[in-house]
Order: sequence, then C-alpha cells, then structure tokens
Amino acid sequence: MSASTPGAGTGVLTVPQLTEALPGALRKLDPRELLATPVMLVVEVGAAVTTVLAVLDPSTLGWTVTVWLWLTVVFGTLAESVAEGRGKAQAASLRELQTETPARRRVPDGGTEEVSSTALRAGDVVVVAAGERIPGDGDVVEGVASVDESAVTGESAPVIRESGGDRSAVTGGTVVLSDEIVVRISSEPGHSFVDRMIALVEGSERQRTPNEVALNVLLSALTVVFIVVVGTLWAFADYSDVDLSPTVLVALLVCLIPTTIGALLSAIGIAGMDRLVRRNVLAMSGRAVEAAGDVDVLLLDKTGTITHGNRRASELLALDGVGAEELERAALLASLADETPEGRSIVDLVGLVGGERRVPDGAAFVEFSATTRMSGVDVGDREVRKGAASAVTEWVGERSAQLDALVERISASGGTPLVVAEKVGGRARLLGVVHLKDVVKDGIRERFEEMRAMGIRTVMITGDNRVTAEAIAREAGVDDVLAEATPEDKLALIRREQEGGRMVAMCGDGTNDAPALAQADVGVAMNTGTTAAKEAGNMVDLDSDPTKLIDVVEIGKQLLITRGALTTFSVANDVAKYFAILPALFLGTFPQLDVLNVMRLSTPESAIASAVIFNALVIVLLIPLSLRGVAWTPSTASALLQRNLLVYGLGGLVAPFVGIKLIDLVVSLVPGL
Amino acid sequence: MSETGTALGQVALLAALLVLTVPFLGRGLAATYSPGGRHLGAERVAYRVLRVDPDADQHWRSYVGAVLGFSLVGVLALYALGRLQQHLPYSLGFPALPADGAWNTAVSFVTNTNWQWYSGEAATGHLYQATGLAVQNFLSAAVGMAVAAAFVRGLARRRTGEGDGAGRVGNFWADLVRTTVRVLLPMALLLAVVLAVLGVVQNLHDPQAVTTLTGGQQSIAGGPVASQEAIKQLGTNGGGFYNANSAHPFENPGPISNLLATYAMLVIPFALAWAFGIMAGDRRQGGAVLAVMAVLFATSVALLTWAEMAGPGQAPQLAGGAMEGKEQRFGLAATALWAATTTGTSTGAVNGMHDSLTAPGGGIAMFNMMLGEVIPGGVGSGLYGMLVLAVVTVFISGLMVGRTPEYLGKRIGQREIVLVAGYVLTTPTLVLVGGALALTTADGLAGLQASGPHGLSEAVYAVASASNNNGSAFAGLTSGTPFWNSLLGTCMLLGRFVPIVLVLALAGRFARQGVRPPSSGTLPTHRPLFVVLLAGVTLVLVGLTYVPVLALGPIAESLS
Repeated sequence: MSASTPGAGTGVLTVPQLTEALPGALRKLDPRELLATPVMLVVEVGAAVTTVLAVLDPSTLGWTVTVWLWLTVVFGTLAESVAEGRGKAQAASLRELQTETPARRRVPDGGTEEVSSTALRAGDVVVVAAGERIPGDGDVVEGVASVDESAVTGESAPVIRESGGDRSAVTGGTVVLSDEIVVRISSEPGHSFVDRMIALVEGSERQRTPNEVALNVLLSALTVVFIVVVGTLWAFADYSDVDLSPTVLVALLVCLIPTTIGALLSAIGIAGMDRLVRRNVLAMSGRAVEAAGDVDVLLLDKTGTITHGNRRASELLALDGVGAEELERAALLASLADETPEGRSIVDLVGLVGGERRVPDGAAFVEFSATTRMSGVDVGDREVRKGAASAVTEWVGERSAQLDALVERISASGGTPLVVAEKVGGRARLLGVVHLKDVVKDGIRERFEEMRAMGIRTVMITGDNRVTAEAIAREAGVDDVLAEATPEDKLALIRREQEGGRMVAMCGDGTNDAPALAQADVGVAMNTGTTAAKEAGNMVDLDSDPTKLIDVVEIGKQLLITRGALTTFSVANDVAKYFAILPALFLGTFPQLDVLNVMRLSTPESAIASAVIFNALVIVLLIPLSLRGVAWTPSTASALLQRNLLVYGLGGLVAPFVGIKLIDLVVSLVPGL
Repeated sequence: MSETGTALGQVALLAALLVLTVPFLGRGLAATYSPGGRHLGAERVAYRVLRVDPDADQHWRSYVGAVLGFSLVGVLALYALGRLQQHLPYSLGFPALPADGAWNTAVSFVTNTNWQWYSGEAATGHLYQATGLAVQNFLSAAVGMAVAAAFVRGLARRRTGEGDGAGRVGNFWADLVRTTVRVLLPMALLLAVVLAVLGVVQNLHDPQAVTTLTGGQQSIAGGPVASQEAIKQLGTNGGGFYNANSAHPFENPGPISNLLATYAMLVIPFALAWAFGIMAGDRRQGGAVLAVMAVLFATSVALLTWAEMAGPGQAPQLAGGAMEGKEQRFGLAATALWAATTTGTSTGAVNGMHDSLTAPGGGIAMFNMMLGEVIPGGVGSGLYGMLVLAVVTVFISGLMVGRTPEYLGKRIGQREIVLVAGYVLTTPTLVLVGGALALTTADGLAGLQASGPHGLSEAVYAVASASNNNGSAFAGLTSGTPFWNSLLGTCMLLGRFVPIVLVLALAGRFARQGVRPPSSGTLPTHRPLFVVLLAGVTLVLVGLTYVPVLALGPIAESLS
C-alpha cells in the first residue's frame, strides 16, 4: 500500500498536492472548525476585524495587513489539509476492499446459507473456498488455506492461514487462493480492521494526543497573555499620547501569538501517524505514537528480531588426525538430503568453501528421528552420521576427550554442537563438530547502541536457556535477557518495569502474548498473529516484522521533537518581531525609540507589513518540515537538546531579523507603505 | 577607595557571606521540612492551641484550605487592630486607620508585600506595629516558605496513596510552626541584637521632643525598630517602621548595617533553592535553580550599578553623580546593590528613593519585579515561582529531546500545564490590567506626580510591586486614596493567593505521580545548558509580556 503513493515520505510539497488540498483548507476556515486551535481562531477574528476596518477606512497598510492575515489563516488550514490529503489515496484503495460480497454462513443444521457480507455479525461462522473473498475479519476455526493479503499489506506473496496456533487471523476483503477454510467472524459491520484503517489514514477519527492537548493549552495561555498585552496597550498608549490604530494592534497581536506552531500543530500530528502508516504500521491511537517516543524499555523477541531465527552452521571443527577437507566432505554428505534449516546451512557453509554438492549414486538417506537423534547417509559400506553429541558418541562407541572439550566450548558459547562421525566397514570413528549458532542480524548491534544512547534499555526475550541466551545477548549487545521466558514471565517483567516508573514497548503475535501486549505501554501486534493479539496491542505491523518496534520508537520521538522544535522556533521569533513593530508603533511620539529599529526598516508602515508577511510566509515554509518531521540522529538527550536549541532556538531568534529585513526591502517599493 | 572599588568590594563581601552560609542554612531548612522528627516544646504548645495534628499528611486541598483560612484570620485581625487603634494601648494617640487603608495594610502584610500607603511613624502606634505588622512579618514569610516546602515535597514524592488519598503534600501547620520557631525566630533574634548593637533603635518610648541646633522643635519617634527590622529583611517583607524605610538612620545607621540587611534579604531565598536540591534527593537540581537565580541577580546588580554610576541624563551629569534621593552615607554603589536586592527578592524595603534612580536603573528595578520575583525572589515564593518557570522551560524545550516533558521524573501533562498556564497568566494580567486602569481613570491619574514616561513608570511600578508582592514604591505616587488602596490591595491579594492555590494544586498533581527514573534519554535539568535555557525562557517570557509598557516608560525615558 505504501508503494502505491508516489513520493511517499519525502515530505516535499508539490503544486498538485497544494491545489488538491485547497478546497479542504477553505472549508476549515469555518470558525467552528477553528475552535480546536484557539491561536488560529484569534487570527481569523483579527482578520475579520481588519477587513471591516479596511472597508470603512481604506489604506494600503490596512489592506496589506488584512490580506496577509487571511493568508495566515489559510496557510494554517492548508497545512492540515495537505497532511490529511496524503492519507486519502490510501483510504481510496482500502475502500475497494469493502465492496459487498456474498458470504456462505453456516446454519445450525450444518448446512450453509447465502447472505450479504454486510449482514454478518460477530460470532457468525462462514465457509470460504478458493477464489472467494473473505467476507469479514475473523479467526480460522477449521482448515488451512493460502490467502492473498496484498490489498492490505502490500506484500504480494500469499500467506498461510490455519486454524489454531498463531496464524489464524484473517482480514475481511482478502482473497483465499487455495483450499477452503471456516472462519468465525469477530467484528461487527463498520468496525472491521479495514474500517479502522480507513479512519486512521484519513485522519477523520483523529483524536488529539495528550501531549498535543497540553501544548495547545500552553499556546492558548500565551495567546491570552498577548491579548492582555495588546488589549491594555491602547491604555498605556493613550496615556502616552501615542495614536494606535486597531489594525496595527491586531497586526501586533497576530505577530506575537504563537501562530507558527499553532498553524502546524495538527499537521505535525497527522503527519506523524502517516509516517507510521507508510512503514505499514497502524497505530490504533495517536496516544500510542506519543507513548512510543517515551519508551524506556524495549522487550524484543530474540527470534526474528535479533537473530534470523534459525541456527546456522558457522564453522567446522575437525578432531586431531582428521583432515579439514575430510570433515567437510562428511558433513556435506550427511546434509545433502537434509531439508531442515540446519542441514541446509551446512550445505551453504561447505558450499562456500568449495565442497562438491553432487549426491553420490546409491546413497540411502537416514532421516532424523527423535529416538536416534541423528541423521545421515549410507553409501555402500560407508555410513556417515551427524547429530547430538551423546547420540553420535554412543553410535560410534568410543569417547574422545578432545571432542568433549569442543562440545563443551560450543555449548558454553550459546551454540549447538553437531557431532559428525563415520563408519567404514564396521570401523567407526569420530570426525569432528559442526558449530551451529543463532546468527545475529547485521546492524542490530548498532541499532541497540543508538537505543542505549537515547536512554532506552533493550531486553531480549527468549525461550532458550540462560547460557545460550546470554551468549546471543552479548553478541547482539542487548542490555538484559529474559531467558526461558513464559508469557507469564513477560507480563511480570512488564509490570515490574512499570512499577519502577518505566514505560515498556513490546511486540508479539500469539494469543498467549495478548495479556503482555495489553499491559505494555506500546504493544505492536504482528499482522500474522491472532485476533486476540491484534486487539490487545495498540499497533499492528502489517509486515509482521518485529524489528519495526525500533522504527516505531524513532517515529514517536521524531513527532515530539518536531513539535518542540517548532514551538521553540515560534516563541523565539517574537523577539525580532518586537524589534520591528515596537519602534514603528511609538516612533511618532518618541522619536528616540528609533535606536530600537535595529533592522533599519524603511518606514513604520513597511515594518508592520513586513512583520505580518514574514509571520504568514514562515508557516508555508515550514509545512514541508512539519510533514516530514525534523531530521535527527539518535543520541543522548543532552546532545539532542544542544543541537535543536542551536538550530531552532538560536535560528528562531536570528531568522526573522533577516527575513523581515528582506521583505521590507521589497515591500518598501510599494507606494503607500 | 574609588567608587568602583567600593562597588566591587561590597559585592565580593556579600558574595562571600552568602557562599559561606547558604549551604549551611539550606541543610537546616531541608531538615526542618523533612517529615517526622521530634516536636519541640514550643511547637507542641502551638499545635495544642491551634488544635491541629502536626503529623497528619494533608491532601493538597486541605493544605490550601489551611493556608487560605490562616491568612484570612490574619487579614481580619490586622484590619481590626488598625480600625480599633485609638482604643488600644501604645497607640501614641493615633486615630483609627481609614477603612480602605486598614484593609490595604492588612492585605499588604499578610501577603508578604508590605506596601505602605501611610507613614509608619505618623499613622501607627507601637502596638499595631509590634503585634500586628511584626507578627505578620513572621507569619506571612512562614506561609510562603511552607507553600514552597509543600511544592518541593510534591515534586520529590513518589505516588502518595491511591484514589482520594492521592496528592498529599505534607502538613501546613507543622511547616508554619517549624519555620517560625526553628528558622525565623532564631535568625531574627540574632540579627535584631546585631542591628541594635550597630545603632538601630529598640524601645517603646513615646516620640521625644528635641530642640534642634537652629532652635526649632522636632519630634523624634522611637519604637521597637530593631526587632521589626530584622524580620523585615529576613522574611523579604520590607515594610519599614518609618516612612523613609531603610533610608532612615534609625533603621539603617551605616554601611555595615546596610550590607547586613542586604545579606539578610538574600540568604533565605537562596538557601531555599539549595534546600530544594537536598529535598529532591539531587543537590545538582538545587544548584541549577540557585545558579539561574544567582546569574540573573548578578546581572541585574551589575546593570543597575552601572546605570547609577554612569548617571545618564542631564541632571546627574550636571551634579556630578545621580545622588538625588540617595543617602550620602551609603553612596551610589550600595544604593544600587540594595535596589537590585530589594526588587530581586520580594522585599521592597528601600534605602533610597527608587523614583530618583536613573531612568534605566528604575527600569531594571521594575523589570526585576516583573520577572515574577524569582531572582531569588521572596522567601518561598521565589523558589516556587522559579520552579514553575522550570516546568514551563522543560515543557517548551523538553519536547526537543523526543520525550513527553518531565521535571524530576514527573510528567507534565495536560492537567499540570493548565495549572502552570494559570500561574504564568496571573501576575502579568494583574499588572497590565491594573496599570491600564490606573492610567485611564481620573482617580488613578490623580495619584501621579510626574507626567509622560516617568508618570507611566510610577503607576506601572506600583501595580507591578503590588501584584508581585514586592511592596517597594517608586515614590512620587500618592497612593493613600481609596482608588489606589483598593486597586493595589486587590493586586496584592490575587497576586499572592491565586498563584499559591495553583502551585499547591500542581504539588498535588505531582505528588500522585510515580517518579520516572532518569536515563540518558531524559532532559538533564542540572547542567549549565539548562541553566542558560531557564534564564533565557524567564527573560524572553517576561520580556515579551512587558516590553511594550517598558518601551513607553523607562526605555523611552532612558533614550530621551
């Protein structure tokens, strides 16, 4: 789905994007819509006031201020509209999934009846055969089938869905490709997964997140302060015999209230959700996205997140008196017919060093069994076996101190030893050991180091024993390990961390993960998982990639950083605006205040107009940044603060001095300003 | 010694005194406010008289109730004392105070403002001064410190109880009584004795009639001055026994008493910042807050001293120094240091007339108050004011590290920010609306002595002083009228208790939260960068609010 949107994630504003967003932006000018952003409502009221004044008493300054105040409001609504527009295309493709389909519902006597998919209620059981569309969200209760979920996930390869286990959930609108399954519907009409996705990507169900609400309160308070400042200024001015026109007071007010962040605040929130959607993660609430930025502890499943998930042969260790090549040949021979991941990894490893892959004529393969705990091959009178150390030693009938030492060493390092031996003409001998180990994903160590810099502790969760787990943990660079973990252990760990005041994120897919997913502050459920897991978590990863958890944390942080950066920028801008407007206001009565006109703006009228124009333009200039999010690299809070203060704090102080001066150079050419 | 030498010498001496004593006093204050411990005999008597349980941990609402109830009783008692003065002993024959004046003074002393519309020696007797005003000097200071202690407790505590029990912030009565008995009384006693030795008068005499050198008759008023003077400075009260306040030789005889008084104004506010670090379990946090206060205070001292010694303006140039309204025995530097101290703390005592400060000097004094009395501010109020600003700073800039803002492990969410916003809005609204009212009504304008920018400064200074509970006057303003008494009384009342209610509510919100342990992802609030940031936010917020008014007043005057 993400691939279908051109220019996804780039954050660059295009002209078509703007023209498409304009009608929506104009609709948002309705004052009732603006109630949610008091800052912009004040600008709109101010614009209305100056419009009336400009009509009654036309002047170049009056009309200039009026036009730019209206533009300020429009730029604000435009930002929100553009942000929302980016989700529209996705919503449209999702809507296609919602077309009404016929469904075969089971009736009590065991037969089926044909009903419309819209008539299905939670608890209904339907039968879906190959080529049919699954009529609603639910769990497979009978059978196994391959399902095309590309419409939801964008992934074209079909997936297997089967009853029981952790791969039982199906999504309405996806298509069964083979076999037949029986599905118990789990959602009411209009509340399906796709319905929620549509609402999310369109932003129609967007609820303000706690931090956004809090920031809005502070911005409103600042607005009130400046209303008081400007509202009482006429009294002080009147006493001082300074003549201030209402238009100029409105211009001053709009320049002082935090319009930049006020205009962009909701766009930042929508864009943050959108960034998640683009990575195929659906957050059920904006609150979860914010919480992701706050996470202190990441619980990561070893398999699939930290390691590739299967043991791979990493080296062959020959015993004394056995040639390296001899061991390689034997190991390869014993694995040629072995279709287990371990067996294939041996073939891959030996293949790397140039072994021969040809299966010899007359070879008889011996399958692995739970009783023998060995597998291998017989060629003529030669038998080659590989397997667990104890089983192979017993088969050979002799022990080797060197072998024991090797096996011990591999086990201690967290690996699995696979002993290789052969019997030629009844004479058995041990050849050596294959070292199988969990292979840690490339680059994961660096990601964990980034997390550590940001103060986030990583905990690896695994069913392995402690020794194995700790070896992997050392290699991957995680901070802590929960070995031999049961779902109850996970839940207990989350509770313990939360009692210590820390926030926990985790991902999971099984039904037995559901309690932990629900308890965690951020719970990312895999889309392949059960409905129970998906309901319990507050995010769903459509790609079912547990490593996404780290991306989710980074997106959450970026959202908060963007808000903070633009708030700081907005407040810092006010200093320069004062230097532009105050001398202009009072110059008539107090010519000495001209020394405050540090920008040497040409006339008082031009100074006021330039400040208002800068104030409006800066919103447009920052729309791409608010959609894209502030660029950042994971590092400590101190380093982040220092950098962002320099860029957005100091930048916010300096930028308007330059901007207003440049605008003044142009504006002063207009007659009457 | 050159005048610059004097200026630097006294600052160095003051700094040395503070550096030596602040950590010591800070430790003592932290111990005073730590829960449990033995009750002293005098304290037990007080608790029995008040019929309170000093060990009960109060919910913030009941803490607020106790603060407001106690203060209301204080206002009523002081009002009654003023209105019934003529019937009481030691009244020196003075009549009852007028209704608006008695109310203004009652509010003024209970709110730790100590704005005085009257001349102490010409309107009030010894009983009113000693049992009314001096007692309130102790109690209003103790109330401010108690509120600060409760706020710090809220910040430092881990989740206090569940449900209705959540949000407990300590016991007001214990805080009040302990502050008075263990801190203020011993310190004031010590200082009073030293001041008396230095020549500050202490008696209960009627005014003495003397014949002057020129043969004229003069009435010399004495009274319990040293005892009142000590707590006046220590409690950042500032209400003088005499109208001339600390410019009067009976209150402030010479350079040593002057320096000692300056020190007395600063020591508790700075020590409270240090105590905050100890109570919060991280001294560096207290150090950072103290550093912000100290840096801004030192800057204001430097600028004010420069303004007075450079003496810009025509009159000082001609006279060879800006000595109008200043005491010869203190000189320019000591007056400037005092002016910065009395406005940087919420004391408001003066040793020279602020109306006569140079235009930029007067502007700085005004700006100090407009900062909200936080450098280092009033006893208690300075600390909680600065901590609220720290919360604002963390909220605005803390987002930039990518986490929900938190201060000392406490999250700043919607409810918290509503309270903080209310706090930040209160005094600017009072100052600006009050100032606008004064300058647009005939009654208000009638009180002004000067016209033009200086007149504006007189009015704005008065409302800023009252709203921020400073109490110093720019002089020049005739404020003893019903209009000014009512306006300033209202400003003092709202400027004191609205923030207190909000701060205690915030303490309750913080107290019910758990503490998030710090990590490298937490915004550090003890590093120099945060000190710069907090100072910057304080200056920018206040600057943005008041710059237009300052431009029409002191700035316009300075540049003319």
